[in-house]
Amino acid sequence: MTAPDVEGLLRELAPQALGAVARRYGEFADAEDAVQEALVTAAVEWPAGLPVRPLSWLITVASRRLVDEYRRTDARRRREELAASLSIHQEQTVPSSDDSLVMLFLCCDDTLSSTLSIPLTLRAVAGLTTREIAAAYLVPEATMAQRISRAKAKLRGRRFELPVDPAARLRSVCEVLYLLFNEGYTSSSGPDLLRVDLSGEASRLARLLHRQAPDEPEVAGLLALMLLTEARRPARTSADGTLVPLAHQDRSRWDRALISEGLQLLNATLAGRRIGEYQLLASISALHDEAESYASTRWAEIAKTYARLESLTGNPMVRLNRAVAVAMVEGPGSGLALLEGLDLHDSHRLHAVRAHLLDEIGDRAAAVQCYAAAAARTDNARERDYLVEQAARVSAR
Amino acid sequence: MRYMLLQAYGGVELEGCVPMTEWAPRDVRAHIDFQHALNAELLDSGELVDAQGLAGPDVAKFVVSDGVNPPKIVDGPYPESKELLAGYRLIDVDSLDRAVEIAARSSAAPGPGGVPIQQQIEVRQVLGAPDPEV
Repeated sequence: MTAPDVEGLLRELAPQALGAVARRYGEFADAEDAVQEALVTAAVEWPAGLPVRPLSWLITVASRRLVDEYRRTDARRRREELAASLSIHQEQTVPSSDDSLVMLFLCCDDTLSSTLSIPLTLRAVAGLTTREIAAAYLVPEATMAQRISRAKAKLRGRRFELPVDPAARLRSVCEVLYLLFNEGYTSSSGPDLLRVDLSGEASRLARLLHRQAPDEPEVAGLLALMLLTEARRPARTSADGTLVPLAHQDRSRWDRALISEGLQLLNATLAGRRIGEYQLLASISALHDEAESYASTRWAEIAKTYARLESLTGNPMVRLNRAVAVAMVEGPGSGLALLEGLDLHDSHRLHAVRAHLLDEIGDRAAAVQCYAAAAARTDNARERDYLVEQAARVSAR
Repeated sequence: MRYMLLQAYGGVELEGCVPMTEWAPRDVRAHIDFQHALNAELLDSGELVDAQGLAGPDVAKFVVSDGVNPPKIVDGPYPESKELLAGYRLIDVDSLDRAVEIAARSSAAPGPGGVPIQQQIEVRQVLGAPDPEV
């Protein structure tokens, strides 16, 4: 087996091995350390010859490390309590599909900020290496390794078991996965060097979560949202990486298979009538995906859904999107009226939407000013290129 | 050797060069394409370490602290924004000559009407570990 093949195999097996070891010995952070050591050994030894049962090999080697570590660091108490019970050769530790759910709950713990929970999730559950995660976030590998260590340090001593309040924890998991998805969907800072597909990882994890919790409507809603958004990705950037807004996308390039999968999932979920934020967002995405063109989109329906979302979440960003939809139905003046007094802390999006609507009502000078203000405030290089071009286009007209 | 090629907002020699938002759309596109192409070329040659544009001076903050009292924070827009960095390239090259060559290319980025903007590029060597021979 070649080294890249081994890497792929390890990626698949790492989360399973971690789940099995953590479940058996009860402590997540220590288990993660031990599995990482086993993976390093495997990456060196396996290209020369694959063990007969690779997963068992990983579990055994990691377990042995963990036991050695326990014996070494906590000689008296733990030796008595644990070492006696730990006989790694007797009983085969089997991976269980529930492990990944427990791991997701642990990695997305409320005590961890998203800068810690996301990398930990990517490593423990998605099986990415620290190097891959560092490359995805454009930070040095040592920095990312440190973040993962800090995350584990915060979880040290935590038992490997389902939380007492799974519903609340599920919300945190969804939030982390949604952040991860958006990071992949919008990221563009710097040249795209060897970047792992973060959106793809997020939908893979959402799929896994949905399989584990099929009756949770918001989990299904989140997965549907990802599928229905991801479907438009092929049309979202041109060949040279320029951002193409929804209005100008070549809709024939949208991924029909993803759309129909997303729609099916969403419709089945909406039928359950336990509506939440992700289901509403997915509904809006679905309305875009179903439209033949930007103009023939069911904007009134979208505006209504945004209104529901706004009353549900109270998020001012939702009002911004609602204003765009309302402008499509009632004209730019109504859209602008909705933006009055909106507190978005000088967000570039507010300036960009205002610019677009001002341009629509024919106030070119103000539109250029707003586009320039948006360009000066965005933190996304591609988006800035787009906004600068818009300003130039409007002022040249 | 690693060099930082720094671009400031005010370092443009081209007379009467207006902000990019006021250029002809075609010129904006040409400028953006030029920057992307240069990055792609340096990536291909294995010389590019990092290239970043920075968010505008409007959102810049200036922080001073004596380590005891609450820090003094000045928000943008900063009046002398010409001195502020607009972006940088970090390159790893064989010689100072090569760094200067790349800086010159970058300086001649197309501006309004396709005329090179002659942006001043600050070339600064990044300090590394001590030479093992010394």
